[in-house]
Amino acid sequence: MSVGALQAMNLVLRRELCLSFRRPDQLLQPLVFFLIVTTLFPLGLSPELSLLRQMAPGVLWVAALLASLLSMDGLFKGDADDGTLEQLALSGQSLGAIVIAKTLAHWLVSGAALVIMSPLVAMALGIPVTAFPTMILSLALGTLTLSWLGAIGAGLTVGLRRGSVLLSLIVLPLAMPLLIFGANATDRAIVGDSPEGAVYFLAALCVLTSSLAPLAATAALRITLE
Amino acid sequence: MWTWFYRLASPPYVYRVASAFTPWLLLTAAVAIAYGLIDGLAFAPRDYQQGDAFRIVYVHAPAAWLSLFAYTTMAVAGAIGLIWRIKMAHALSAAAAPIGASFTILALVTGSLWGKPMWGTYWAWDPRLTAELILLFLYFGVMSLRAAFEDPARGDRAAALLAIVGVVNVPIIHFSVQWWNSLHQGATVAKFGKPAMDASMLWPLLAMLLGFMLFFGAVLCIRLRGEVLNRERQASWVRQAIKA
Repeated sequence: MSVGALQAMNLVLRRELCLSFRRPDQLLQPLVFFLIVTTLFPLGLSPELSLLRQMAPGVLWVAALLASLLSMDGLFKGDADDGTLEQLALSGQSLGAIVIAKTLAHWLVSGAALVIMSPLVAMALGIPVTAFPTMILSLALGTLTLSWLGAIGAGLTVGLRRGSVLLSLIVLPLAMPLLIFGANATDRAIVGDSPEGAVYFLAALCVLTSSLAPLAATAALRITLE
Repeated sequence: MWTWFYRLASPPYVYRVASAFTPWLLLTAAVAIAYGLIDGLAFAPRDYQQGDAFRIVYVHAPAAWLSLFAYTTMAVAGAIGLIWRIKMAHALSAAAAPIGASFTILALVTGSLWGKPMWGTYWAWDPRLTAELILLFLYFGVMSLRAAFEDPARGDRAAALLAIVGVVNVPIIHFSVQWWNSLHQGATVAKFGKPAMDASMLWPLLAMLLGFMLFFGAVLCIRLRGEVLNRERQASWVRQAIKA
């Protein structure tokens, strides 16, 4: 039975989602990590809401970057360990389509979940409700971009024994523009300025990585798999 | 006409060429750097605002320029190695990475030494400083990725791919940090029109730049010889070359 590329993507996406929902603990860990990291900042700095509000965008974005990076390690690892990834690569389907499906599935269970939970954390950090739409939009664009960057890093480090530290070393410098524009957009929305410029930049980065990162991640997987 | 290109893929040939170039590159680098240092440190006029402290530019600016140049060299060599599967290009890429990282550290250190009397602080979260620091992290990433693979051929290709991804990202990082915050002065030399620097100050700077480029070439040749010997240590020509 021959399967088209879109159908293959659909199948891989559904398989990934099914696998992650069968292991809810793994699904929740990055979210709990996100909550804990944001809790650390008021404890370490000051519980003063006016001070927290100034730092909230940065805290939120750093925590989101770290939480999203935490789950990135497993993007290809499980499938590479039990040989599924090699079977997928040999299946005759385009490896690029499979990489896209796996990355999107990863984003849905990590990035999108973070975005849904962000208002709760934002409230605790004193971010006004008027800034929520901008914050949610910028986090959605940012985490998707980060998933693409992470796919490159995960593809490069998948065969390595101590890949997770290396993965952060590789991905975090590449992700710094995200932090800058993301925190800037949220910051502007809190102050009441127009955040459009920064959001457009995030959207541009998202489009750029969505189009180029699958190529790079596929090439990375081919290098580490062969 | 492509034979010279194909010959570059042969390790003994690369080893010989690198050995032949090294003394000439070192000699010309020494001449250019000696002229630049003497003219720049002793004869160039004092800056009317910064006094003698500006003279660190003769080390700082070429080092910063070389930090980017070495990264480009590393990435282009890596791309050539990936596309045409030339092992020697990967050796060149591996040889360039630590040199580039050293130039990045030199640029950061000289910059912060200059920053203390001028800005009153060793480190400021200024866009150029931050971009340079991120560049250093990118170098570390590429170097540790190459070292993490047990199979050197795979490590080479993985590091090359990461270097190429970094090249796409370096301008983005550069401009993003520029808009984020700014304190560093704008471009002085590489500007359209007349340089905003007097000729008596500019000439030693250009000489230092040339000297640093030649020095980079010389160290690259020396490191490349080491890389080639290490990678080809099983080959018979290496034994002959070492005996000779």
